[in-house]
Amino acid sequence: MALFQAQSDAQLALMDAAARLQGRSLWQDALERFKSNKAAMGGVIVLCLIGFMSVVGPMMSPYRLEDLSWEAISIAPTMDNSHWLGTDDTGRDMWVLTWMGARVSLTIGIMTTIIALLIGVAYGATAGYVGGRTDNFMMRFVDVLYALPLLFFIIILVTVFGRNIYLVFVAIGCVEWLTMARIVRGQTLSIKRKEYIEAALASGVKTGTVIRRHVIPNVIGPVIVYVTLLVPTNILVESYLSFLGLGVQEPLTSWGVLISRGANSLETAPWLLIIPAICLAITMFCFNFIGDGLRDALDPKDR
Amino acid sequence: MKTVLKVENLKVHFPIKAGGFLNSKIIPLRAVDGVSFEVGAGECLGVVGESGCGKSTLGRAVLQLIKPTDGKVLWLGENLCDLPREQMRQKRSNLQLVFQDPLSSLNPRLTVAEIIREPLYATDPTIGREDADQRIDEIMKAVGLLPEMRNRYPHEFSGGQCQRIAIARAMVLKPKLIICDEPVSSLDVSIQAQIINLLRRLQKEYGLSLIFISHDLSVVRHLCHRVMVLYLGRMMELADRDSLFAKPLHPYTQALISAVPIPDPAKERAKGTLILSGDLPSPLNPPSGCVFRTRCLKATPKCIKEVPTVEVLENGHQIACHHWLK
Repeated sequence: MALFQAQSDAQLALMDAAARLQGRSLWQDALERFKSNKAAMGGVIVLCLIGFMSVVGPMMSPYRLEDLSWEAISIAPTMDNSHWLGTDDTGRDMWVLTWMGARVSLTIGIMTTIIALLIGVAYGATAGYVGGRTDNFMMRFVDVLYALPLLFFIIILVTVFGRNIYLVFVAIGCVEWLTMARIVRGQTLSIKRKEYIEAALASGVKTGTVIRRHVIPNVIGPVIVYVTLLVPTNILVESYLSFLGLGVQEPLTSWGVLISRGANSLETAPWLLIIPAICLAITMFCFNFIGDGLRDALDPKDR
Repeated sequence: MKTVLKVENLKVHFPIKAGGFLNSKIIPLRAVDGVSFEVGAGECLGVVGESGCGKSTLGRAVLQLIKPTDGKVLWLGENLCDLPREQMRQKRSNLQLVFQDPLSSLNPRLTVAEIIREPLYATDPTIGREDADQRIDEIMKAVGLLPEMRNRYPHEFSGGQCQRIAIARAMVLKPKLIICDEPVSSLDVSIQAQIINLLRRLQKEYGLSLIFISHDLSVVRHLCHRVMVLYLGRMMELADRDSLFAKPLHPYTQALISAVPIPDPAKERAKGTLILSGDLPSPLNPPSGCVFRTRCLKATPKCIKEVPTVEVLENGHQIACHHWLK
């Protein structure tokens, strides 16, 4: 026993030494801090659960998305006939609808954010790094786009291209990158003057490599925080587009569509509003907690 | 001694917008205004002067990190100012830079090995991983770092160690000239000595030329062969270390040297310090004639009218003053 103890002690010491030589990057430090944040970790777990259910949920029910039923219109949530969350006013199963809606809402939230992220980071980093007249021109272009109302822009897109789900991706993504570009540009301006950039240039590193290796990894902290806050914003934008009838089309559904329809039958069948609204609210909270957690974890003042 | 770097009449002017909204005009800020000097192979040139006199700008202009407005920077006879970007980029392995603040000159997201490897890949993208690793290990040993620390991040090191990493990054390409921009002024005194001795050792071992920018005269005296004194972007005096410290000719140099404390209270009290009155004038609106005349003890009407030319004495001592004989 004693021998075993000594051996494991020696092993531990070795591992410790290895860990010390390996070094801990700022990302690893941030991850440790993030893990110790209970609200943020709770957010991650609940969000994973929602994501998992959006994939598996619809399969758990005996009903399918397209199944209309005259016998089961506006049934309240019950355990009797597998309509666990009740049915809507056309007899579709709310359980299936909610999780299908989750699928669409989360996809839209994440996809639009990725679009915004890619355009925004590339555009902002270039404008900020190049600076001078190019920067001025690029950012005035952003200002012009800012002045364009989102709704107006989307109505034009819908009338020109017709209603489809990809259009929603493009429309939201194309509007939300503006703020991202501004954040990235501001960060880039402050990073650009750092001495390690000058050192890289002095040793002959090319401009593209400098942006990729030195600028972007150092601006990405605040950007990640903004991304986690952008996902729920985009889910909300999608839901108000759907509320106005500009979003996804039946039979495909999203939380926005469900809430908009539920709002119409609030007096007769309140669960049609309450269930998707609760799901949306929980998702928002999760993303916001994660965003807060990331901000605390990545805050350089905390180092 | 072979001359490696020759700087002729170097000028760096920054355009500054002045005036109101309607009558705005662009006036030049003369950060460096007509400085000439030479650096020999294996020589250390000290550049001293108070804050804002253009020391750092001079260093960056030599490396073409700031484009000079006028003048020549001849590297082995080739004018760097005329080179296109890409050709200049390839020349960069010969000329390197070490910064004042060691921590902010290292990217916090990269490991030590990645930081040192970067210049290697930038100048020779085909270099193999093993060759690169070997050179990183060599240079880490040469600057007094354990090669085992190669996978650590800058924030895990002390200031002195960070400066060693920065020196390793500059040295890994085996450059012929390193410009040190106040490399020790943010370190504490014991670490300063270590870094300076390291620079001195590397200089001897590799036959390196150094331009050592500093405002600490004792450090310059310890390390440099020749010293150049800058004031408001202009050269005041350039001389061998010994003749400069033994017998400074320019009134500004005299004031600078008299301000260095002597570590002996009796001598320090007896020495008497020349105290200059007033502040450094604005480089946007420099005084006419000799730029130092507003604070000079020897100033005469002649100094207002005429810009002093640089006189070269027989021992190579260069001085820009009308009244140095007085």
